[in-house]
Amino acid sequence: MSEIVNEPSAKGPGTTATTERVAPPAAAPARGGKPVLSEGKKAERRLGLLLCAPAAIIMLLVTAYPIGYAVWLSLQRYDLRFPADRAFAGFANYAAVLTSAYWWQAFFVTVIITVVSVAIEFVLGLALALVMHRTLVGRGLTRTVVLIPYGIVTVVAAFSWQFAWTPDKGYLAALLPEGSAPLTDQVSALAIIILAEVWKTTPFMALLLMAGLALVPDDLLRAAQVDGAGPWQRLTRIILPMMKPAILVALLFRTLDAFRVFDNIYILTQGSNGTGSVSMLGYDNLFKAFNLGIGSAISVLIFIAVALIALLFIKLFGASAPGSDTGGRR
Amino acid sequence: MAVSTGTGAGRKGWWAAADLLVLLYALIPVLWIVSLSFKTADTITDGNFIPRSWTVDNYAQIFQIDLFTSALRNSIGIAVISTVLAVVIGTMAAYAIARLDFPGKKVLVGISLLIAMFPQISLVSPLFDIERAIGLFDTWPGLILPYITFALPLAIYTLSAFFREIPWELEKAAKMDGATPVQAFRSVIVPLAAPGVFTTAILVFIFCWNDFLFAISLTSTSRSQTATVAIANFTGASQFAEPTGSIAAAAVLLTIPIIVFVLFFQRRIVAGLTSGAVKG
Repeated sequence: MSEIVNEPSAKGPGTTATTERVAPPAAAPARGGKPVLSEGKKAERRLGLLLCAPAAIIMLLVTAYPIGYAVWLSLQRYDLRFPADRAFAGFANYAAVLTSAYWWQAFFVTVIITVVSVAIEFVLGLALALVMHRTLVGRGLTRTVVLIPYGIVTVVAAFSWQFAWTPDKGYLAALLPEGSAPLTDQVSALAIIILAEVWKTTPFMALLLMAGLALVPDDLLRAAQVDGAGPWQRLTRIILPMMKPAILVALLFRTLDAFRVFDNIYILTQGSNGTGSVSMLGYDNLFKAFNLGIGSAISVLIFIAVALIALLFIKLFGASAPGSDTGGRR
Repeated sequence: MAVSTGTGAGRKGWWAAADLLVLLYALIPVLWIVSLSFKTADTITDGNFIPRSWTVDNYAQIFQIDLFTSALRNSIGIAVISTVLAVVIGTMAAYAIARLDFPGKKVLVGISLLIAMFPQISLVSPLFDIERAIGLFDTWPGLILPYITFALPLAIYTLSAFFREIPWELEKAAKMDGATPVQAFRSVIVPLAAPGVFTTAILVFIFCWNDFLFAISLTSTSRSQTATVAIANFTGASQFAEPTGSIAAAAVLLTIPIIVFVLFFQRRIVAGLTSGAVKG
């Protein structure tokens, strides 16, 4: 899940807990002058570690260990149909995946779905955010209904789209010329997958952007308007630059989320007709081909791809990426 | 961007039109699946958006499918247990992150962030192998563990954002009165933090309720198969001539809790989703 992008700032109230115990917040400048760990400070450290331990242990146990195990599995010849043949295979699995047309097909399909849906989501999400932020009527109502696509189960929504586009059955397919079956053609099926993704996740994007919009001071916009800036200029010269941190966070999380697209494709096309994503490919290799070695190699490659995307965002767009020290965000 | 002070019916009319568009956008796919679930067997393929003849047979039918009722039970049980555990563990960690000074805080925040971005498919093959080896495959704990793991970053970030808004003077007062940090946590912070904790619980529940990839990979029988998987499998296992009605009815049932949460707790959910994102 990816709703969250926060970094308890070192300047936050958290670090001043000990000082506050001795001095009221008004006298906070006195902090920092405590070289020796007092008994209370030690107790605080112990409590902090103790409280965090369960979360840290379970997160590491369920992710770090398996991903290490996946790397090890990916170096083995390990087909569940022939368990006796299990043997160390070096990078043979990676070579097999990276020279396979299926991998590159799935990779490009995933990239297309990711880029197109995130781009549409950003534009639509921004419009939606402006409506929710500015509307004069029914603000509560709009904010309530946009949560429905966010909350609805992806599989359920995918079925709704699947039935809608099934010839003879669906209200949307009825609008198409006789005899067309949009889910069986690569281009139109990808378009429907993107539609399903966009529908489901635009509200999330809009909510993150709306939180960014709230940080743009009205006074500034009013001043710009007085100076003769039109709506478009106000959007591109003031609102968007001021929202940059919120935009980057929303784009980063949605990009990484879109890259792992699975549910919609599984329901809409089962990955047939060249619509499978890398996640579908990994799943199929595991549960249809029963090849743990190849499946794990795909898992590791996806992991690397996601890490590269995250790095790219951080390098390209600078320090405002989540996880870095975001001093300039306030 | 209606910064200007111009008001009047015209402007309101435009906003109302925009609202209506949003309304249609959000509701049409949902209404369509609701409509399908009420169609009779012989009209389900007529392609009409509104049913020509209505029936509740589809609902009656799915409750006779053992696979679906057990899946619904599994879904509710697994989602509730995961939510409770993730929120309890997350609350402890978030309190420490928001309030206490201790080594390794940044590391924990970093790990949570990494997991929030983690491609879940990368875990499926190793977890599948590990869970088969230690007997967790196709059990409730086999799903609860990954759910907690992926819900924890969400819980920790949302909760620590909420916790930073709490008036801490009260905790200080309690400590001055001789309460230990643990006592201050239990009797002062917990009641104050309840709204944030509750919001987080809703978000985590939605996440667990929504999951499909782990559920379809780490379960195989009615023992632990969840409702999302059961619905997806209706298509293949063709007990009836036309599974569309059953799928639609099951889909509507899965949607009801979400609609209820959204209608009653809209403000909280929006606050929870955005709190972690912007306030630095």
